[in-house]
Amino acid sequence: MTDRTANPALPAGDPTPVAPVKDRNQWWDVWDQFRSHKGAMAGLIFLLGITLFCLIGPWLWGLDPAKLDIRNKDLRPIINALWGAENVSWAHPFGTDNLGRDIMAQTMQGGRISLAVGWTAMILAILIGTFVGVIAGYFPRLDGVLMRLTDLFLALPLLPLLLVMMLLFRDPLRAAFGPEQGIFILIVIGIGITSWMQTARIVRGDVLALKEREYVLAARSIGTPSRRVITRHLLPNVLSPIMVSATLGLATAIITESAISFLGLGFPPDYPTWGKLLADAVPRMVSFPERVVWPGLAISLTVLAVNYIGDGLRDALDPRIRGL
Amino acid sequence: MLTYTFRRLLISIPTLLLIAFVIFMLLELAPGDPMASMPLTIPAEVKQQMREALGLGEPWWVRFPLWLKQFFIVEPAYWIDSAFGTSLAEGQQRIISFQSRSPVFDTIAQRLPQTLWVVGMSYVVGVLIALPVGIISAYRQYSVFDQAGTFVSMIGFSVPPFFSGVLLIVIFSVSLGWLPSIYDTTHQVRDWNSFVFQLKQMVMPVMVLALQTTAQISRYMRAAMLDNLGQDYVRTARAKGLSESVVVLRHVLRNSMIPVITVIALGIPSIFGGAIITEQIFKVNGLGQLLIIALQGNDIPMVMTLTFLFAVLIVLFNLIADVLYGVFDPRIRYD
Repeated sequence: MTDRTANPALPAGDPTPVAPVKDRNQWWDVWDQFRSHKGAMAGLIFLLGITLFCLIGPWLWGLDPAKLDIRNKDLRPIINALWGAENVSWAHPFGTDNLGRDIMAQTMQGGRISLAVGWTAMILAILIGTFVGVIAGYFPRLDGVLMRLTDLFLALPLLPLLLVMMLLFRDPLRAAFGPEQGIFILIVIGIGITSWMQTARIVRGDVLALKEREYVLAARSIGTPSRRVITRHLLPNVLSPIMVSATLGLATAIITESAISFLGLGFPPDYPTWGKLLADAVPRMVSFPERVVWPGLAISLTVLAVNYIGDGLRDALDPRIRGL
Repeated sequence: MLTYTFRRLLISIPTLLLIAFVIFMLLELAPGDPMASMPLTIPAEVKQQMREALGLGEPWWVRFPLWLKQFFIVEPAYWIDSAFGTSLAEGQQRIISFQSRSPVFDTIAQRLPQTLWVVGMSYVVGVLIALPVGIISAYRQYSVFDQAGTFVSMIGFSVPPFFSGVLLIVIFSVSLGWLPSIYDTTHQVRDWNSFVFQLKQMVMPVMVLALQTTAQISRYMRAAMLDNLGQDYVRTARAKGLSESVVVLRHVLRNSMIPVITVIALGIPSIFGGAIITEQIFKVNGLGQLLIIALQGNDIPMVMTLTFLFAVLIVLFNLIADVLYGVFDPRIRYD
């Protein structure tokens, strides 16, 4: 199904011999289908753009996000110059905060942390979820126990518990790994172990169906050990639901991290993340509403982009839709 | 059906006990000390006495059953006492907050109306918006309305409440000055003007929360309607010559409501616990804000009781959702 022998784009009556056809695997079909989803492509471009902005931006921009510059405090964004605001400066196109720190540099730095937390927590959640799901689906004896555990986790009030964990374990982890590293580990582990359940359920359901298929039976009948059946035959086939729930997981992880930071239980005060910047801007939003908008837009647009990517991915990975 | 409900109720007891144990041990293992904020000049033996006064002198295997007894026996006994004038709970120790030194459940009872009023209202509004949106979106699939609905629900999924809430405050309170940004809990509705004020102060928190509810439930409604609109019985109904409104609103809608009702039931626990951030933004002193304050003050009995109450609600409404599913869909047989 996936190996095409002729390039369909070529006109039928073309007499010239066809150039050696590039080997196409399934992922090219997925990519073609994905590209036809406009929202998903826009989301992908935005996500790549904002990732580059946060990763490369600080090198190009070169301003230290923590550098105080009291003389230039409370500058407005440069766009305000259009309607004749006085206190703007091209040196700080997003403006500065009440201590003169450059908001663009802070947004970049905050984005680094927020995206790093989002990706790491999502990967952790996916790893736990896939592991639990595969084990529960493949070994019937462990199924009952693991699924009861999943149900138990689903019945926990997650945001309150996450806040409890943040508050109670922050000091020992800070002492052990340093203020930033410790909180990072805590947030990532907290989000990871509170958001793996959906993945586990989906993976378990798929594995339950897949392991009755003939090819799995064939693999087992020639003596393939369970470990290899799982890694070689089952995991590649549950990859697409895992990828879709990974995108959703990334979106939730970013929102959860921002929510924790917003409630003041996240990173230390001088350590910007998008949620923290937003929370810091709220008390002064009457005079400086734009400071709320920058980090808020960054969070919302990133999550929107990720959600659209997930939408497109779901369509692209569904072989019933693909190729229509 | 009744046996199923009964069996589920029985199963949920060990689940709840396990959840209570997990929460208790999490709080127990955590190194935070409720005495940490006390001045260092207090002598060690006085500190020890204070710890014992807070009920912290015993090991966890004594305190955990004690807490269970207080939660499941003493507190209900108090309610019965206050309702019927009996004296079941005479002299029994209730769950006491570390911070206010008053019974935890008294504080919760004070905070509950605000949460129910604001957050519950937002859930009702969200559902009332979501159902028609979902129905029209499905009936006119891929129309402009459907595309707009999809986009709005995408936004509802993506814009976190701490941004949408703050944005609303910036627009409607700061720039336009139409609505108050702080929810005044002491406000009492007496006449028309105070009623209008009450409406005004509720609009923003309700809309912020309703956007999220709407986003979720309208998607479910649309998917369920789409599933049913293609079924054979719809064609039969149309072939019989039934009017379009009867086909859609009676035949299709009824069948589509089955999964949606369970989704609505599953979302109800989040009314109580999920509005932590929104309550924080609009300064509604409800349960979510109570939890935050208790967390910051290391008020372990309050945190424990609130978190466990949220868990009870989740388990309870999971059960209700499953039972409702069986009640509304005669094809489901649990026995």
